[in-house]
Amino acid sequence: MSDIVEKTLTALPGLFLQNQSVGGPAGVKTSFSSRLGGLVRGITALTSKHEEEKLIQQELSNLKATVSAPTTTLRMMRECMVRLIYCEMLGYDASFGYIHAIKLAQQGNLLEKRVGYLAVSLFLHENHELLLLLVNTVVKDLQSTNLVEVCMALTIVSQIFPREMIPAVLPLIEDKLQHSKEIIRRKAVLALYKFHLIAPNQVQHIHIKFRKALCDRDVGVMAASLHIYFRMIKENSSGYKDLTGSFVTILKQVVGGKLPVDFNYHSVPAPWIQIQLLRILGLLGKDDQRTSELMYDVLDESLRRAELNHNVTYAILFECVHTVYSIYPKSELLEKAAKCIGKFVLSPKINLKYLGLKALTYVIQQDPTLALQHQMTIIECLDHPDPIIKRETLELLYRITNAQNITVIVQKMLEYLHQSKEEYIIVNLVGKIAELAEKYAPDNAWFIQTMNAVFSVGGDVMHPDIPNNFMRLLAEGFDDETEDQQLRLYAVQSYLTLLDVENVFYPQKFLQVMSWVDASLSFLDGFVAEELSQGAAPYKPHHQRQEEKLSQEKVLNFEPYGLSFSSSGFTGRQSPAGISLGSDISGNSAETGMKETNSLKLEGIKKLWGKEGYLPKKEGKTGDETEALPVPQESIIMENVDQAVTKKDQCQVLTQSKEEKEKQLLASSLFVGLGSESTINLLGKADTVSHKFRRKPKVKETKSGETTSAHSMTCSYFSSSSNATYEDDYYLDALQDRGDKELNKFSLNSELLDSESLTELPSVEKLSNCKLSSSPSLFTDNNMEGFHPSQSTAPSVAPETSLASSLLEETSEHMHSELVEVCHNETISVSSYKIWKDDCLFIVWSVSNKSGLELKSANLEIAPAENFKITEQPGCCLPVIEAESIKTFQYSVQMEKPFTEGNLSGFINYQMMDTHSVQLEFSVNLSLLDFIRPLKISTENFGKLWLSFANDVKQNVKVSESQATLPSALKTLQQKLRLHVVEIIGNEGLLACQLLPSIPCLLHFRVHGDVLALWFRSSCSALPDYLLYQCQKVMEGS
Amino acid sequence: MQFMLLFSRQGKLRLQKWYVPLSDKEKKKITRELVQTVLARKPKMCSFLEWRDLKIVYKRYASLYFCCAIEDQDNELITLEIIHRYVELLDKYFGSVCELDIIFNFEKAYFILDEFLLGGEVQETSKKNVLKAIEQADLLQEVKKVIFKNKSFVT
Repeated sequence: MSDIVEKTLTALPGLFLQNQSVGGPAGVKTSFSSRLGGLVRGITALTSKHEEEKLIQQELSNLKATVSAPTTTLRMMRECMVRLIYCEMLGYDASFGYIHAIKLAQQGNLLEKRVGYLAVSLFLHENHELLLLLVNTVVKDLQSTNLVEVCMALTIVSQIFPREMIPAVLPLIEDKLQHSKEIIRRKAVLALYKFHLIAPNQVQHIHIKFRKALCDRDVGVMAASLHIYFRMIKENSSGYKDLTGSFVTILKQVVGGKLPVDFNYHSVPAPWIQIQLLRILGLLGKDDQRTSELMYDVLDESLRRAELNHNVTYAILFECVHTVYSIYPKSELLEKAAKCIGKFVLSPKINLKYLGLKALTYVIQQDPTLALQHQMTIIECLDHPDPIIKRETLELLYRITNAQNITVIVQKMLEYLHQSKEEYIIVNLVGKIAELAEKYAPDNAWFIQTMNAVFSVGGDVMHPDIPNNFMRLLAEGFDDETEDQQLRLYAVQSYLTLLDVENVFYPQKFLQVMSWVDASLSFLDGFVAEELSQGAAPYKPHHQRQEEKLSQEKVLNFEPYGLSFSSSGFTGRQSPAGISLGSDISGNSAETGMKETNSLKLEGIKKLWGKEGYLPKKEGKTGDETEALPVPQESIIMENVDQAVTKKDQCQVLTQSKEEKEKQLLASSLFVGLGSESTINLLGKADTVSHKFRRKPKVKETKSGETTSAHSMTCSYFSSSSNATYEDDYYLDALQDRGDKELNKFSLNSELLDSESLTELPSVEKLSNCKLSSSPSLFTDNNMEGFHPSQSTAPSVAPETSLASSLLEETSEHMHSELVEVCHNETISVSSYKIWKDDCLFIVWSVSNKSGLELKSANLEIAPAENFKITEQPGCCLPVIEAESIKTFQYSVQMEKPFTEGNLSGFINYQMMDTHSVQLEFSVNLSLLDFIRPLKISTENFGKLWLSFANDVKQNVKVSESQATLPSALKTLQQKLRLHVVEIIGNEGLLACQLLPSIPCLLHFRVHGDVLALWFRSSCSALPDYLLYQCQKVMEGS
Repeated sequence: MQFMLLFSRQGKLRLQKWYVPLSDKEKKKITRELVQTVLARKPKMCSFLEWRDLKIVYKRYASLYFCCAIEDQDNELITLEIIHRYVELLDKYFGSVCELDIIFNFEKAYFILDEFLLGGEVQETSKKNVLKAIEQADLLQEVKKVIFKNKSFVT
């Protein structure tokens, strides 16, 4: 079929010419003799745009006269309308005809009405004011007995309809859902779909009817309802989980070929319906194991059935793979889906290859090994002649970037960036490069160079966050003061070099960044100028270290520099003019700088600049540094040699081993750190790796407000930001360093933090019973010091003290709270404490008889509480309490429903010497935390659980300075909330706990400035919220 | 689907259907840019394009380009099949369609499109049903007979 179509269309230009030259056969002439035909032919005969314009303007003024003439019949109007549509399509304004289109739809007979409606749908958009005039016509036609009229009305409503007029037609369209003709029902469903898109709350009440449409006996109506369901489920998947079974059944029927053959497309059963169902299932099964289990079978079948080698089967397969990776994972399906992706990636058809890359990009975070399998294909695609393939490959690489492969990947991205002209692509790419650079930059030089490239290409269009972040980073620095200075200095040097280049124009924003940075460093001008005048060799970190005193002394001895640079052979073009540069710079004049420093083109700096000049090999660089210290001039030579050597190496590789080896090299540099043991897939790339340039805690934030008023920045940064490191920062530094070094093995465990803060079961800080904390306690702490009552005030309870203490000793293996008195009178005193056992909460009430008399029928009862199940522990209650003795009552408490704060009340009654019974009431506060226990799981299991939980809560919590470090936050979370630390990755932590009896809850948190980004996930919907609340409480409280 | 454009190899627009509200100025700009971009692509290149935040799926049938804009999460391959199904429908309706049919009867091409896609979504996937709906509306139109009579030169 398609072949025929293509052939026919291929023959077309010839036909077209024939038609023109000969005037066409007589038959054709009659059909084309319409005025439209005349117009079309007239236009095609023209050769210039100018002539066309003239002709169309002429045509339009004729039309204008015709449509507004009272004598024009509707039939003529219809013909005019077609020509108007044609003129508009050619790009000319025919707005004078809009109102007539509405009139035609309103007044015409069926044929005219049809054209009228079409013209309206093409001319107007849904916010056009004229559209209001159409509402009455639509209402009338919806009520028509003529099916064609109803169809037209429904068609226009499904395309454009004014939102505020929906109520006028809604009941009519609702009625149509029950219409006997399937085409009417189908169009009604689509009209409601349109309403759902533009005004969802207006159609909320119809949801039940949508279900009927889903079960409609007509396939078309059912298929139309899928559009609505897809939207609704996308917005709120939890509301439609009960329909999973229905969708699965429908898909099974479709896949099994149960639909009428009319719905086949190239002998594939209803591909559009299959795809829509697969998308819906993907949404429903996301993070939901139980729902996902319902669809495993049908997905398996879909994967199996789609075997025909036709585009449409690949369309289904692609959707299927997407769904398999979206829902709760099942290994067999994943395996099959992975194979499928392989088919796409390896396909010689370019469309399929592109989709293979797209699929890889999608699944890469879950399964990085898949990228490893296809690395050679990916490398090939990087140099693909089709830019779209290249771009998708870069998108894929962007997602697997880590500290090891960043330089290669960013280099590839920059290459693409330099070729791109389209603004959208530039903005997008520039944002990604800046993000990656900030996160993984291997060193300062690289960072500044990359950012310079970003600014010079994207300066005019980029998101303002990029320069702002960058300037803030320079201003605030990060942890290491030496490194900060180094970074700033390098930035200035690089800008001077840039400004040095003639005839190059930089984007406004880039110049702003330059001048801002420069201003903040003006006190260094002398030094910079001196250095430049002497040949401005690239900056050497080791010397720089000595400059910490710089801000205090201002007078620096740069003899070694001077000597070395003036004597080094390659900077021969020194210019005395350079000396005046100092004042130029402090005057902030880039222009003069450019003029004056023409002679300062320095290979030394440039070499670091260009693509070829940059040396990603770290070993080379470190070697450089060490040798640079004693004999600076040699260092430069060394560097040159180094470079030469590397270049030679590359040449050798090239000659030796053809392209193949080069690709393999590239592959090895691209896919480092992607091994299967890596945990990158856990929470997405962005979450697992520490930021290279992590900002300092907010102590220095006072300055950040000035980033916009750039020129007000002064050197004060250097002095102000040098101090103020916290004790905890050292921990963090240690973590950070290690995190940076061992990106693959994030196994930072307790040994890095002080043992006290990270023992598996921390000695829990006393959870104070808030309500009772002020009331006097008989016992203070575990020991019995407070328990020596004087004989005169109260009878001695000495005989029982040992018992009480032994009880506490017994329980000391578990964590427990202080003993607190909950009620008392002159005879008895009731105290209680909680024992946080691993599997439940115990509450012990101990009743001490202060009198010298025996108490009878003593009975302690706990009132049933809504959220708790309370079980009395056997063998601890005796009806008789002897004189001056203590009895304990032990209860286990289980939580039935999560809550934040709860209350247990109860009473004790007793009889004394056969008199009346006495009753005392008391209550104990319970907190959710009483039921939280650490959940000891592996990172791997954490990852699995994380993906399977549907309920999550994210929140940024501002914390005090002392809390804003990883160790102190960890400590708080571990001790006060009893969370188990699963793993620490950079400045992020994974923690897990469970709510008794066994509801797990996971926490992923990250420290970012003075903000803790908390992310809870659990299988229980309420738990994340409650825990977050508790978390906020402890964070703010401490 | 956000919009569909049909244009000739010479860059002349033959059909445009917008499913998202845009101003005329934007429409013109988009059309101009897209026609340019698509025409500049080489024949062996991918049928998909990233353009702004949209995906463009296009296919050339003889001298006519069919070009659809979809969102990123939409399925590119099935969009290609939507184009193909539309061509099939045109072919069936006009009896071996050619660019001329679409130029001179573009309103019919629109009618067919509206029975197949509605509001940017596939309305009816059965070819038979789409054509039935068109015929129903066409029954009132004597013109159609004339069209078919004069098609003989093509087939």
